[in-house]
Amino acid sequence: MADQRRDSEHRPSPEALLEAARREERRVGKLRIFVGAAPGVGKTYEMLQQAQARKKDGYDIVIGVVETHGRRETEALLAGLEVVPRRRLHYKGQWLEEMDLDAIIARRPQIVLVDELAHSNVEGSRHPKRYLDVEELMSHGIDVYTTVNIQHIESLNDVVAQITHVRVRETVPDAVFDRADAVEIVDLTPDDLIQRLREGKVYVPRQAERALEHFFSPANLTALRELALRRTAERVDEQLLNEMQAHAIPGPWPAGERVLVCISEDPRGAGLVRYAKRLADRLHGPWVALYVEGRRSLQLNDVERDRVADTLRLAEALGGEAMTLPASDHHIAEDIIGYSQSNNVTHIVIGKSERTRWFEILHGSVVHDLVRRSGNISVHVISGDTIAGQPIPKKSVRAAERDRVFDPLPYIAALLSVAAALGFGEVIWRWVGRVNIDLVFLTAVVATAVRFGLWPSLLASIASAICYNTFFVAPYFRFTLADPTNFSAFGFFTLVAVLVSNVAARSRTQAVAAMERARTTEALYAFSRKLAGTATLDDVLWATAYQTALMLKVRVVLLLPEHGTIAVKAGYPPEDILDSADLAAAKWAWENDRAAGRGSDTLPGAKRLFLPMHTGRGAVGVMGIDSDKAGPLLTPDQRRLLDALRDQGALAIERVGLVEEMDRIERAAETERLRSALLTSISHDLKTPLAAVLGAAGTLRDLETKLSSGEKADLLATIIDESERLNRFIANLLDMTKLESGAVSPNVALHDLGEIVGSALRRASRILSQHKVELELAPDLPMLELDAVLFEQVLFNLLDNAAKYAPAGTTICIESWRSGDSICLRVLDEGSGIPAGDLENIFDKFYRAQKGDQVRAGTGLGLAISRGFVEAMRGTIVAANRPDRSGAMFTICLPIPRQRQGLDAAA
Amino acid sequence: MNAAPLRVLVVDDEPPIRKLLRMGLSAHGYQILEASTGKAALDMLGQAPDLVILDLGLPDTQGHELLRTIRTRSESVPIVVLSSRGDEAGKVQALDFGADDYVTKPFGMDELLARMRAALRHQLQTHGERPVFRVGDLSVDLVRRLVKVSDKEVKLSPKEYDLLRVLVQHAGKVLTHKFLLGELWDDLTDAQYLRVYVRQLRQKIEADPERPQYLLTETGIGYRLRAPD
Repeated sequence: MADQRRDSEHRPSPEALLEAARREERRVGKLRIFVGAAPGVGKTYEMLQQAQARKKDGYDIVIGVVETHGRRETEALLAGLEVVPRRRLHYKGQWLEEMDLDAIIARRPQIVLVDELAHSNVEGSRHPKRYLDVEELMSHGIDVYTTVNIQHIESLNDVVAQITHVRVRETVPDAVFDRADAVEIVDLTPDDLIQRLREGKVYVPRQAERALEHFFSPANLTALRELALRRTAERVDEQLLNEMQAHAIPGPWPAGERVLVCISEDPRGAGLVRYAKRLADRLHGPWVALYVEGRRSLQLNDVERDRVADTLRLAEALGGEAMTLPASDHHIAEDIIGYSQSNNVTHIVIGKSERTRWFEILHGSVVHDLVRRSGNISVHVISGDTIAGQPIPKKSVRAAERDRVFDPLPYIAALLSVAAALGFGEVIWRWVGRVNIDLVFLTAVVATAVRFGLWPSLLASIASAICYNTFFVAPYFRFTLADPTNFSAFGFFTLVAVLVSNVAARSRTQAVAAMERARTTEALYAFSRKLAGTATLDDVLWATAYQTALMLKVRVVLLLPEHGTIAVKAGYPPEDILDSADLAAAKWAWENDRAAGRGSDTLPGAKRLFLPMHTGRGAVGVMGIDSDKAGPLLTPDQRRLLDALRDQGALAIERVGLVEEMDRIERAAETERLRSALLTSISHDLKTPLAAVLGAAGTLRDLETKLSSGEKADLLATIIDESERLNRFIANLLDMTKLESGAVSPNVALHDLGEIVGSALRRASRILSQHKVELELAPDLPMLELDAVLFEQVLFNLLDNAAKYAPAGTTICIESWRSGDSICLRVLDEGSGIPAGDLENIFDKFYRAQKGDQVRAGTGLGLAISRGFVEAMRGTIVAANRPDRSGAMFTICLPIPRQRQGLDAAA
Repeated sequence: MNAAPLRVLVVDDEPPIRKLLRMGLSAHGYQILEASTGKAALDMLGQAPDLVILDLGLPDTQGHELLRTIRTRSESVPIVVLSSRGDEAGKVQALDFGADDYVTKPFGMDELLARMRAALRHQLQTHGERPVFRVGDLSVDLVRRLVKVSDKEVKLSPKEYDLLRVLVQHAGKVLTHKFLLGELWDDLTDAQYLRVYVRQLRQKIEADPERPQYLLTETGIGYRLRAPD
């Protein structure tokens, strides 16, 4: 990532301009936040006052939700402002009221007042949090005025908790706060506030009175007030910076500070992330949360794994970058330093280790290593107390717990192997003596450890020690621990069991994980290969739905945009229709590019979970999944897999879309080429005969008396011939139009080929007046199924073509013969033939064998029409050069109809 | 022929076509009545023209409807249809609705005159049949049922003779498949049978059956026997 603050040339930085452009692009509502340090400072009052002022200026302003808490001065300010009635929701036997989001969107005011930004909505609302409602309002181009207390700001949440010992559960992400277009601080000195509290002007819920009394101490209020002022000042700073960048004001940019926070499965990670965010904000630098995936990562349980993922997600939510790095073989500290150095990190934040001294000696301490190797990078080691117990926000899509069932089999196997060792020991004792029997038991312990892991092997070691002690150490058949030998045997068995099982368990876990990964990778690879081989959108969608359903054992639907909304395009098992709740969730997921539906933040009441599918170019569709299983749909592993599947599917969908677009462009280009050819052809073929007709007619009129009768006859012949040519051309254009519009439906009946040849020859007799025509039709040809009109036209076009290209006086030959199951008819001329390279495209529209100025008059349509007509009659037509002499030949083959109903016999 | 000139009603909305027909036809001794709309044409029918030349593409009336109306008002007047539509189905329909013949635009004057003569001749023939029909080398004696080519008698089967007789009776006129089938067979509608007999007849009366001179094919419509010399 380029450091935006180092802009050596005095040009506006692209990032700042982009940000400005993004705001302009679509009219997004503006957000004005009234911030207070504590309840009762008069935020709502201030908001209403401004609203009244705005109303006077002529703005269309409504109240979405305002809590007056019965304060008279505040209520007085409501006068004259339109209130959108709240929505009543039935929840757990109670009627509750919530802001009516849809009503406000439908009402479309310029400004809406929404009190208490941090409010949590009643379950069953579209969004669980009011700030999400506000975002949606803004996305519809409505300006929003809202209020919030400083302790509800996410990153300050824990600081406030430390100061006041009261933790508020409802928080607003910093991003919302930072994105606000205006932040107004509503300030009141602590003394005044306490005064107001005493006067009963501050609303206090009865049950919280005691807690609040503590909360409203002068020390607390002073601290909160400072926090509020400082946070707002930071924001103003940020704004100023943006402004300066956008206007290319050269400034003393702070040197490129960059903060990195190290994450582990430790639950205090959330606190670290928030600390890093505050640090980065103060330094005006970007920050990144880093998780190093080491050997130990494989042994994490799902809760820990989830916690890591959630912590990383929190970092992203707070505006940081989340990174996961696979560990190299060295110390984790080295990986962190390596990453930091290559990314210009200036500050590393890490939690203070809670390990015992003993653990650190054994495993080394990442913190110590880090401090030792950090060089010029500052390392902030944060103590556990300051950040303990900070909650990690729930992830947006809840994951299912993996089932863990107790399996007694390994323990039985452990006992059996000890029993076997006991039997074998008896044998050795008989034949060899007491020596080495302990090794037999040790083998059983090791084998169990390797095969079944720690706990079964510990059972085996205890059983072995007891057996060994009871059966092979005097006093026999009695378990004693008096002898140090006995004691040491027990100890060694246990030690070996722990050591070996640890090693074995680790390698087995790794192997299992590696196998799992390999399987997943293989499946994904196969999937991507399958996708690469699919050409149509339907195939891609089906493959994606099928593969997802198969690998995750869920039901899948895929929705793609269509006519401005989205519609179900594929499903496995096939599904066409979604109910309205699902459709709403899918639509929301598509429009907001975020997860919606079951188990997510938005519309959790839907049956399915809908996730947007996107590529680098943007969202391409929405995937919906559900299963019969109650509770969360997916385990964390499955969720990761789903991400991969979704991404691949999205890429494939995009690819198909691009291919289709390419096709469309190519088709458009082809159409364009044809159109220009058509224009050339029309202008040439229409104007040439017209010019001749006009010229001849004009000459006749003007020179009537001076012309000899022979000349007159000549001119008249020209007029008639050229008009006929024009007529043929127009007929061809009409035929082509019919073919192209699909209006040609052959009216087939059984016909005698000779009869049609005869009528075609009669029609072409004028054109062929300069040529000899030879007929060689085989006798007794069966009748053919064809459309006489179309076939006559085909023949006419071929004869016309032959007459055009063969010199006068030559012979045009028509042959026909039976060839297997078809009848062939061939028209041969004695012209110069067809250039070899043109044999196929001679049937293309507007194609002429000789190009350039010396174009033979003709349309370039005749042969294309011939092919179109012949193919419509299920026949074939090919062009070739004559083998016996120069000249072209066109061969038409038509199948002999199966049933001729004995007509030949009748003949 | 009658001493009084034959009167032809020209129904066409295009002035240049009317002008062309007026000049061409009066040069050949016809007297011309003109109508540019279907309504005017029906009014003109009261003047009892001897022949109607009808353009099917009139602006105010559907061509085939007008044709039917004229045919119901005057059963016997010969009608030659002018059509700028090239489709065979439309021509066949016009013939079925009672037109005697058709000419496709653009047309030559000689072609139109030949069609008109054939249509008029058929009407005259119904009053007094000519005993022997001659065209080229072909002669057909309808009274003695005798067919000769180059003065040699040709043996025809009864059906072949019937086919030739119908063609001779309407010589010069196009006869649709449907019409011929209806004349020759009571129950057949399949033009294939007709084609088989046409082929057989051509073998017997044409010098070169592949390039017939007398029994001509009107592709997609029917057959026409060349008008007598």
